[in-house]
Amino acid sequence: MLAYLIRRVGQALLVIAAMATIVFVSIYAVGNPVDILANPNADAKEMAEISARLGLDKPLWEQFGLFVWNALHGDLGRSFVFNEPALKLIIQRMPATLELAFVALIMSIFIGIPLGVWAGLKPDAWSSRTIMSGSILGFSLPNFWIGLMLILLFAVQLKWLPSGGRGPTTSLFGIQVSFLTWEGLRYLLLPAFTLALYKAALVVRLSRSGTREAVLQDYVRFARAKGLSPTRIVLVHVLKNIMIPIVTILGLELGSMIAFAVVTETVFAYPGMGKLLIDSIGRLDRPVIVAYLMMVVVIFVVINLIVDLLYAALDPRVRLQESEG
Amino acid sequence: MTDTPFILDRGESLWRQRISQFFAKPSAYVSFGLLVLLLLIAIFAPMVAPQNPYDLAQLDIMDGRLPPGSKSMDGKIFWLGTDEQGRDMLSAILYGLRISLFVGVASTFFACIIGASIGVFAAYKGGKVESFVMRLVDLQLSFPAILIALVLLAAFGRGVDKVIVALIIVQWAYYARTVRGNALVERNRDYIEAARCLALPRSRILFSHLLPNCLPPLIVVATVQVAHAIALEATLSFLGVGVPVTEPSLGMLIKNGYDYLMSGKYWISTWPGLALVLAIVVINLVGDRLRDVLNPRLAQ
Repeated sequence: MLAYLIRRVGQALLVIAAMATIVFVSIYAVGNPVDILANPNADAKEMAEISARLGLDKPLWEQFGLFVWNALHGDLGRSFVFNEPALKLIIQRMPATLELAFVALIMSIFIGIPLGVWAGLKPDAWSSRTIMSGSILGFSLPNFWIGLMLILLFAVQLKWLPSGGRGPTTSLFGIQVSFLTWEGLRYLLLPAFTLALYKAALVVRLSRSGTREAVLQDYVRFARAKGLSPTRIVLVHVLKNIMIPIVTILGLELGSMIAFAVVTETVFAYPGMGKLLIDSIGRLDRPVIVAYLMMVVVIFVVINLIVDLLYAALDPRVRLQESEG
Repeated sequence: MTDTPFILDRGESLWRQRISQFFAKPSAYVSFGLLVLLLLIAIFAPMVAPQNPYDLAQLDIMDGRLPPGSKSMDGKIFWLGTDEQGRDMLSAILYGLRISLFVGVASTFFACIIGASIGVFAAYKGGKVESFVMRLVDLQLSFPAILIALVLLAAFGRGVDKVIVALIIVQWAYYARTVRGNALVERNRDYIEAARCLALPRSRILFSHLLPNCLPPLIVVATVQVAHAIALEATLSFLGVGVPVTEPSLGMLIKNGYDYLMSGKYWISTWPGLALVLAIVVINLVGDRLRDVLNPRLAQ
């Protein structure tokens, strides 16, 4: 197990190093930030000064070397625009994005599981067919468009919910969150629902196929023979057994939800990390772009690593296969 | 088994059989017909559209932001309204559909060719080459496509060609994985062994023996991927990193209308959105039907 652990962590570090190189080199090709930052009337000398101050006049390999050296010391550079550490900017925005992602995750479970179980119990009913068609739409329709339509309906026409932004926040263990007050939650409902739809479609499919398999099992037949009510069989026996794969997959999908929040946050002008990334791309704020991407890469690699290690711990065959290959 | 005849007499080829199987369901006519219609509209957009939305001489700023059904200054009717520059939305949508479909089809086509070639090569070669390629595929697929495309386009800048290249890079891995899975099964078949015994060149075994037999699942994945590519392109353009303002796809049109949504001028982004949704749904329906026909395990 120890050898496997070391090899797997080594691989993860290798991926992070490779991604750091790719990200840095490709972002280095993005326009010339000095053009955007400098006063439009600035002459060549001023431009050169700004360039030198930001370290942009050095050759690529030197900039990269400096980046790696600083990154190893926990410094991912200073934002050109805000003149603050890029990492600080991102961490400031992180609670908003994490809150959005978690609320969306919970919503996708509460929407997806009941619908999926229903469709699994009555596979031929028209209601189940509607649910399954709906889940195909949830998969294939562009998420940002669904967001726009929700804004049009609930914010512009009905005026029930705000169209964007983040509501008032309260402090919870020193982190600013907005889901504790009704006013804050109102701002969260539409973006979280939009973000949840795609995952809800996935949960519907998983819980439907899980339910269809589970109802054929002996333990369900036995529970029925024992005279348990159908509600109890579904809520206690079936649900418990289908939860395992759903929870595993949703855990894996949390990373992609954080990444996908880029789109949702832009639609709803929600001040999270994703909105910061899009704004930074527009402003050619290289350090922030690089820092955001490195952050997401690390989140992904860590989630994948944890899952792999858990699998290896639970299933010795995984370890053996790895050492052979 | 009785309703799936495997009799190949009367000169009926396997593909012809599959085509008639495809149209066995009446709904297939509808989705396929709509798809052909959309493609024709996209190809002949300059002839079908009431005006050329990008010829500034034909635009009148006085016609700006008119609701659907209004009359223009010179008596034309804007069935779907106009945008802020007095552009007929119907025409803009037809031209936008053209760009969206072009990006979707072109990127999928090249990604399919590149990915399939790499996949079939990896499966045939085996060993280190294979495990390296598949690790690369795993690595890429573990990151969401939208994020990879965002990074690439942040680096490339805006442009239809750049979006296509970014989408090819994002998509090739799906095809490599699909083809490799199939090729692993096929490479142990007798006909490959026979081709090897005939000492045929490797490229010929790969491309005229192995690849054609891996095609059916590839076609299914490619159809659905066209819809994905169109949605992804629309999303990127909406985020402002996709196509340039001068060549607006449907996603770009939706973005342009986004600013007017709050003031109740819904038509500028709703109609392009519906066109986008229609295109995606129709392609998915055709893809679903293809899957039913081409996947023997599902054909019961």
